[in-house]
Amino acid sequence: MSEMDSISPQEIVRAYEKYKKDAVAGGYNINPDAEFTKGLISGLLVNQSRYGYPSCPCRLAMGNKQDDLDIICPCDYRDGDVVKYGACYCALYVSQAVLEGRQPVQSIPESRPPRAERKKQAARAVDLDWSKLPLPVWRCKVCGYLCARDGPPEVCPICKAKKDRFERFI
Amino acid sequence: MNIEHVQGKKAGKLMLYALSTCGHCRNTRKLLTDLGVEYDYLYVDLLQGQEKEQAIAMVEKWNPDCSFPTLVINDSKCIVGFKEADIKEALKL
Ligand code: SF4
Repeated sequence: MSEMDSISPQEIVRAYEKYKKDAVAGGYNINPDAEFTKGLISGLLVNQSRYGYPSCPCRLAMGNKQDDLDIICPCDYRDGDVVKYGACYCALYVSQAVLEGRQPVQSIPESRPPRAERKKQAARAVDLDWSKLPLPVWRCKVCGYLCARDGPPEVCPICKAKKDRFERFI
Repeated sequence: MNIEHVQGKKAGKLMLYALSTCGHCRNTRKLLTDLGVEYDYLYVDLLQGQEKEQAIAMVEKWNPDCSFPTLVINDSKCIVGFKEADIKEALKL
């Protein structure tokens, strides 16, 4: 039996309801095509048990958290893609226009840089010379929340992303 | 490498690189199945280690983003994403 088939329908429905509730609470929408959306949620559940974190179902995870951090759902690219294309890359999250049927969901280009480019960006981030502020500013890479404090919060108060999704902004 | 074969009518040599968890990949497989064409597919997320790296290198040759689904037609053309119209046109269906 494949991993995708090993998840019980009850588990999928439970996770689906939770994703839906959390999305609405955060000002997001999940795709109204319930069958398609449940397929993606099954993929997220498979990835959670396969890798130990809910990596994006439509992207290839390397199985090493540091390499996959930007594609742990919700990924760093969701907000930008929803604005630009009306949906995140997987089309799990959609814009209000898509939800209301005013905009179709199309095949979305990949916003995540290719592997070689990501490696270069990571190297560059370490090289930055931080400015002299009384406190550093931290940015949630998932939703853009900013805060000035000694270190990032354990959990983003806005979108609930974990501490490791924060970057030093200034 | 675990390349799966799906029987059907011949519409050229079709190689689909996909992820077992992905919605657009599922839609693409469904389209090919509904069209009734013969094709091969490989779920790259189910591979490990050396095999996974080899598969990534094969996908990157056609699609440097290494995104999925990547459909390679007759070793000469590649369609990235679930693009129903493009796929039908390329297969002349
Ligand atoms: S937000 Fe969408 S594109 Fe990003 S990881 Fe989740 S399902 Fe994939």
